[in-house]
Amino acid sequence: MGLEKINMPQLGESVTEGTISTWLVQPGDQVNKYDPIAEVMTDKVNAEVPSSFTGVIKELVANEGDTIEVGDLMCYVEVEGAGSAEEKPEPPVEKSEPGKQESSSSEAPKQEKPKQEKSGKKRYSPAVMTLAQEHDIDLNLVEGSGRGGRITRKDLEKIIESGEVPKPAESKEQPAQKTEPTQPSTPQAAEANVQTGEGDIEIPVTGVRKAIAANMVKSKTEIPHAWMMVEVDVTNLVNLRNAKKNQFKKQEGYSLTYFAFFVKAVAQALKEYPQLNSTWAGDKIIQRKAINLNIAVAKEDELFVPVIRDADEKSIKGIAKDITTLATKARDGKLTSKDMEGGTFTVNNTGSFGSVQSMGVINHPQAAILQVESIVKKPVFQDGMFGARDMVNLCLSLDHRVLDGLVAGNFLARVKEILEKMSEENTSIY
Amino acid sequence: MPVLSYIQAVTQALKEEMQRDEKVFILGEDVGKRGGVFRATDGLYDEFGEDRVLDTPLAESAIAGVGIGAAMYGMRPVAEMQFADFIMPAVNQIISEAAKIRYRSNNDWSAPITIRAPYGGGVHGALYHSQSVEALFANQPGLKIVMPSTPYDVKGLLKASIRDNDPVLFFEHKRAYRLIKGEVPSEDYTLPIGKADVKREGSDITVITYGLCVHFALQAAEKLAEEGIDAHILDLRTVYPLDQEAIIEAASKTGKVLLVTEDNKEGGIISEVSAIISENCLFDLDAPVKRLAGPDVPSMPYAPTMEKYFMMNPDKVEKAMRDLAEF
Repeated sequence: MGLEKINMPQLGESVTEGTISTWLVQPGDQVNKYDPIAEVMTDKVNAEVPSSFTGVIKELVANEGDTIEVGDLMCYVEVEGAGSAEEKPEPPVEKSEPGKQESSSSEAPKQEKPKQEKSGKKRYSPAVMTLAQEHDIDLNLVEGSGRGGRITRKDLEKIIESGEVPKPAESKEQPAQKTEPTQPSTPQAAEANVQTGEGDIEIPVTGVRKAIAANMVKSKTEIPHAWMMVEVDVTNLVNLRNAKKNQFKKQEGYSLTYFAFFVKAVAQALKEYPQLNSTWAGDKIIQRKAINLNIAVAKEDELFVPVIRDADEKSIKGIAKDITTLATKARDGKLTSKDMEGGTFTVNNTGSFGSVQSMGVINHPQAAILQVESIVKKPVFQDGMFGARDMVNLCLSLDHRVLDGLVAGNFLARVKEILEKMSEENTSIY
Repeated sequence: MPVLSYIQAVTQALKEEMQRDEKVFILGEDVGKRGGVFRATDGLYDEFGEDRVLDTPLAESAIAGVGIGAAMYGMRPVAEMQFADFIMPAVNQIISEAAKIRYRSNNDWSAPITIRAPYGGGVHGALYHSQSVEALFANQPGLKIVMPSTPYDVKGLLKASIRDNDPVLFFEHKRAYRLIKGEVPSEDYTLPIGKADVKREGSDITVITYGLCVHFALQAAEKLAEEGIDAHILDLRTVYPLDQEAIIEAASKTGKVLLVTEDNKEGGIISEVSAIISENCLFDLDAPVKRLAGPDVPSMPYAPTMEKYFMMNPDKVEKAMRDLAEF
């Protein structure tokens, strides 16, 4: 058996209370749902209150003549099954303990509160700012009682009333910060300031990584980089290479990569534009006779730039062979310092990891670096119509001390021309 | 001093004004023999007769229009809209004619009409019997909008409205009619229109509201006082034009302001109050000005759970007040 409450129902608009004129049931009476249990009088209507449940009247809480607010308890009914009003004597509502803080205003700051969040500490309202200025209060020394430790207007009003205004001069925190000597802004100092958090991994910088870092910093800080890019239509080159690659691989035992064609074209153009194949030497510029091309080969977290020697004297096959050899050596960790020496210009195959545009850092002390990007099939407007063409971006970073836009532009245009002319008809791989 | 309910104060004010000035007459739907659906005009038909308590057709534009015309001819009509929700057909008469006639005629004419209408929800009235319409009229210079909260204010302000020489919209909260009781002097008195009233002095937070919500705020304030939170409560009483001086004073007093209405939130009376505070009180503010209002949905729903969600109540006000106090 469960217990249910019947409350005073709403008996019309604007009616907020009703007076029980007659109870139509007594405790112990059996009632059905919707049976009238009482007559109720309001100043608007007289009505019968129906039972909301089927069961036995347990207790009449209100007496005849009582005026009861809408929604307040009239009586209890015992019903089949579990009721929703089991806790009949309602537990006395406990007053929330904050009531005890009342009238302890002067002690407020001394209350031992648990260490709370201080996120609101530095958020000052206009009123707090105004009071702090008018009374010359150092807000750093004020304990906030608001949310997140926020200093409230009341906090300041209490301080002002008490007359114990913390002045900026008495500050204890600030000197501590100022005694720290200002360090010269050397790179070391910058590194020292990097803080590590929980879970961060510290990797010591050694060997190749250290060399790469030093070279990059030297290059980027010493060389005024300028940058340009041309777009090259290599459709014919792609056809050429596709036609030859399988047979080549079968015959030679290694791949005929696009990169070999690009290196060849660059070597050829460098012969015509030796300005690019040079080095800044302070009071002079040294133009190199040999065309030794560095190629970038990455191995996990290391980067090597081995050299294809005398690239201008080699066939596409010869270059392809060098690339394969150097790449294999790099991967196997067998590159010698001899493999790395004497580079005069760098060609970087950024397209191999999908890049379509990049700004290379010049391989110090060279004068320029050329990035060969991904070959992408694109709709191109040509001869009055659209066609699907294989396009590639060539990006050139140049040392603006050595080179100007004109010569660099001419060089790139020449590379472009060579590449676009490469086709099955006029290009020999051997 | 006798204790009257909110609606009894309405009836008493009407009766006394009709006794005092025979130009005062009442018109509206069911206001005569029936004494009004809420019984606000109960007994007046019997005392003053059918010439002074007119049962009209169900045509609110006519109720307003006839009233405005009579007012311009020197009468003191008190028109009743059965529910504030029904005032819409009369909006043109009220805004285009009553509010503007003094200005338009270069002071030759005026329309000293009082239009009473029960507004507000919480009575299971649903769409057409629960709306708050004050914001619709609250940017019409020439109109005054009075929304009292206590029986004492009802009597004093209704009398002042009837005696005012320009149109006054007098909105009575229908749930307050029988819920709110208070002491009302038997003698004649008026209260100034356009003046807000401090209903509770306090120093921690300021609550500015009007109508039934004043009582919710007062109840919440009593509870919060036990926790040491001391609330200052300003009852606007006249929501248009607003008592700017009182608003600025109340807001500046604590720097933490909660604005409460049961009307929809956006574009309501309290939004204007908020604007006044931000224009004038920046350097006294200690917290963002908070608005507690009904949701921006088209109307008070009928389902009790939904109505409860929409309707303002002391718990919602208490929660918002505590939250602001703790800021």
